[in-house]
Amino acid sequence: MTHRAGASRTLRVDALTRVEGEGAMYVEIVDGRVADVQLRIYEPPRFFEGFLRGRAHTEPPDITARICGICPVAYQMSACLAIEDACGVQVTGPLAELRRLIFCGEWIESHTLHLAFLHAPDFLGVASAVELAERDRPALERALRLKKAGNDLIELVGGRAIHPVNPKVGGFHRAPSREELLAFADRLRHARDDAVATAAWVAGFDFPDFEVDHELVALSQDDGRYPILGGRLVSDRGLDLAAADFEGAVAEEQVPHSTALHARLLERGNYLVGPLARYSLHHDRLSPLAREVAAAAGLGPVCRNPFRSIIVRAVEVVYACDEALALIDAYEEPDRPALDVPPRAGTGFGWTEAPRGMLWHRYDLDADGTIRHARIVPPTSQNQPTIEHDLFHLTEHHLADDDDTLRHLAEQAIRNYDPCISCATHFLDLQVVRRTSEPCGGS
Amino acid sequence: MSRPPEPARRPRLGVWKFASCDGCQLTLLDCEDELLALAGRVDLAYFLEAGTADVDGRFDLSLVEGSVTTPEDERRIREIRAASDRLVTIGACATAGGIQALRNLADVGEYLGVVYAQPAYISTLATSTPIAAHVPVDFELRGCPVTKAQLLEVIAAFLVDRRPAVSGQSVCAECKARGNVCVLVAHGTPCLGPVTHAGCGALCPAYHRGCYGCFGPAESANPDALMDRLSGLGLADVDLVRLLRTFNAAAPAFAATSGRLAPEREPVP
Repeated sequence: MTHRAGASRTLRVDALTRVEGEGAMYVEIVDGRVADVQLRIYEPPRFFEGFLRGRAHTEPPDITARICGICPVAYQMSACLAIEDACGVQVTGPLAELRRLIFCGEWIESHTLHLAFLHAPDFLGVASAVELAERDRPALERALRLKKAGNDLIELVGGRAIHPVNPKVGGFHRAPSREELLAFADRLRHARDDAVATAAWVAGFDFPDFEVDHELVALSQDDGRYPILGGRLVSDRGLDLAAADFEGAVAEEQVPHSTALHARLLERGNYLVGPLARYSLHHDRLSPLAREVAAAAGLGPVCRNPFRSIIVRAVEVVYACDEALALIDAYEEPDRPALDVPPRAGTGFGWTEAPRGMLWHRYDLDADGTIRHARIVPPTSQNQPTIEHDLFHLTEHHLADDDDTLRHLAEQAIRNYDPCISCATHFLDLQVVRRTSEPCGGS
Repeated sequence: MSRPPEPARRPRLGVWKFASCDGCQLTLLDCEDELLALAGRVDLAYFLEAGTADVDGRFDLSLVEGSVTTPEDERRIREIRAASDRLVTIGACATAGGIQALRNLADVGEYLGVVYAQPAYISTLATSTPIAAHVPVDFELRGCPVTKAQLLEVIAAFLVDRRPAVSGQSVCAECKARGNVCVLVAHGTPCLGPVTHAGCGALCPAYHRGCYGCFGPAESANPDALMDRLSGLGLADVDLVRLLRTFNAAAPAFAATSGRLAPEREPVP
């Protein structure tokens, strides 16, 4: 049907499914033009930055893990890097490699959860992973095996998959033996096969033609490896920042429709963090197999189509399996499971590439290690304005579509970015309001 | 010829989220080996993350994650209770208020000011409270997060109407069963194992660290006595209070002891 001037309609979906957490979407169309879009996040605040004040400098890895059950390792690692920075300690060698290894497990489980359970149903015309299991059980079983391998890798290094107990400021409570890690290599080789097959599976989906022009932002490690822990923040438009300078370059602002703060780069505007940015900036740093898989899936060295982020996630899972195998192969047991990190007064900064993008922490410590001030910028608050931007343009390009098509497209536009609004409860519901600015008789 | 019997109706399961990290409901999706079998046995009617959102009708079993922190939450949990035959809380947030219950000891207005420039936009209660403070709860599963095996046991038990076989003893019992060396006795490492509810399999001591109490107080726990012992190791009161005030800070047994050690509300610095 077409929408005549004078027609006024409201579309509403009370619970958008397959996102991590719950929020709301509002789209207002006036006189056939998109007037407003809002990704509403009704996250009841949990005040982590508030109650970190007064805690010991050893506590943030355990405490901030609880911000997100899907990417706790990223929170633990950003916290460790920031506190070690404040205390003037640098963790290198096998302990740093173990951190990279447990992070690989998190990329595998988190990306696989998103691509198979949350994102793939959009492309296959099914409502849920349960329906997907009825339609393509082998693909879902393969994804489950792959996700389990990621979780088991986190468990191997971290003690448990959700909120690992082993990471600590300075390293780990107990370093795994070389034998323990080598015993897992076979599992990882199978997982890598599953990851390659999963990438081929998602590459066969149909993707809308939609390219975005956002500034792509990701970490860049000075050791030349694909970015996971630390380094500088770079972009395709010349951004180049140290962790200590991030705060001065970004503005976080509060908007009435969200309990997540919106982040924008000063004088640069919206930007995009996450798999698309990492891949497009660092394609040449992927393993040869991951590059091969990307090429076979039809990806060039840059990907600006957020719908294709599902392929990029699959490619990063291949990389994470490859990288984990390389790390296990090269692992030498450290002399001690952790470095001493005696407290001192000062400020420290740390960042890592969480599955959904760069995650930044800052801590101000007293001389005895008591935290005076903490600040955390998660990936979703950085991507939220960008998601709204995509929604605006997608909606505008598809105004002629009926409401169901438009709604489905809008939901997809959100899921493309795997928003991690799970840090607290949200209610994501989609409202499309079509109205005219003129009073009209009918409804 | 008689007709074959009607297939039994699959029990309807709801998974509901309040203030939390998603980790406990994610534990269900992390049951990779059992998930498809479970989805065949029960109707995952409402589980937003898995893609289902059928709110109409009754739920044989509702699993509730998260704590109550907004006026809307207070209303929603009553609706869920009314629509559910059995209601089980999963995890420390739903069972004890979670780490966000640290706000109960502070001034939420100041917290809002720390995080948000315009606190007036934010709707929040001054406290984070467990589900049982609002509605009757049939069973409380502990853990931050819950463990897979216990979660599956609870689902299986309630679907056949028996009590879940979940031990209320302390982590110490699991630690002995696992054959760990006692980190408290042998190394003088502060450990909450003697007062913490079992369920993790004594994970932290197996990783050479002290238990940090993420399953909350065990039945008949005596945290006062343990804190005396830890004082003897040289821990200051501020350290003891920090130990007790993490993911189960508002659980009564932990809160009583930490309150005695820090009778004043901690000022926000």
